[in-house]
Amino acid sequence: MRTYVVEVVIENKPAARDPEGEAIWRDLIVRGGFEAVKSVRSGKYLRLSVEAGSEEESRDLTVKMCNDLRIYNPVVHVCTVSVKGVRT
Amino acid sequence: MRVAVVRFPGSNCDLDTVHVLRDVVGVETDLVWHRYFDGSEYDGVVLPGGFSYGDYLRAGVIAAHSPAVKEVAEMGSEGKPVLGICNGFQILIEAGLLPGALLANDCLMFVCKWITVRVETDRTAFTNLSKEGRVLHMPVAHFQGRYVNDQSQVKEMFRDDQIVFRYVDDRGEPTPESNPNGSVSNIAGVCNLEGNVVGLMPHPERSSEGVLSPTRCSDGAVVFRSLMECLRVRGEIRAGCERS
Repeated sequence: MRTYVVEVVIENKPAARDPEGEAIWRDLIVRGGFEAVKSVRSGKYLRLSVEAGSEEESRDLTVKMCNDLRIYNPVVHVCTVSVKGVRT
Repeated sequence: MRVAVVRFPGSNCDLDTVHVLRDVVGVETDLVWHRYFDGSEYDGVVLPGGFSYGDYLRAGVIAAHSPAVKEVAEMGSEGKPVLGICNGFQILIEAGLLPGALLANDCLMFVCKWITVRVETDRTAFTNLSKEGRVLHMPVAHFQGRYVNDQSQVKEMFRDDQIVFRYVDDRGEPTPESNPNGSVSNIAGVCNLEGNVVGLMPHPERSSEGVLSPTRCSDGAVVFRSLMECLRVRGEIRAGCERS
């Protein structure tokens, strides 16, 4: 068994407006002179340490957890799970 | 002598603050939309409580980068009195006008209750009429009010007399039980080195009239009366300079 670092990002679906991201973009970033930034979507970020036999197993376990525990709301959210490597 | 209360989208203690300044303390006060704020027109400024820009990203950070707060910084550097209450304190911190950071309360709950603070210094623009060690009753209402700074910085702030208010119990002692949010060293309010820029989490504007207090106290008024005193002294100095 090894310990994998797994990242979970939860953000609104494209159809669901994101007022926080819009405010950060319009009132902080663009007003601050960074017009090259064309959009911002805000979200929640979780970094997990997961014990598993392989990278694939750590990803599958995390996806199952996100679904079973309703870490995100599938009606409005997109949930992205990615394995970042082995914790040393 | 004229003071501004700056309103951002999401400010909600602005009218209470204007009321206390105008009707309780008796200082000429304008409520100014942040886009129209010109600091050179005013002798002092208050950033009121609320939820500027919805507390997005971090409470106060978006307002802290607005042109209005550049004006506030200019006023601060000119020695004019600048007060940040609750979200206004968060804005002053995020703008770097006051040291430290304000994080989510350690209980992870929005805390809304009457608390007790002790005045730690009477040298500031907003405590000059209050004796050091005086205990004030005021309400707090915040989610991100846990004052944090590294240990060495806090030590320097005590040394430099930058700690203005601390949460205390009924006997005036800073105990863990009297600390509503887990602030380091029970810190409720701080000031810059010069003492003209002050921020605090409690709401003096909600405790300036006996009718609003469960104990009929009007302790918060001393913050605004001290502002008046500061403006009076600054006015006299200026008049003296003009005469000579």
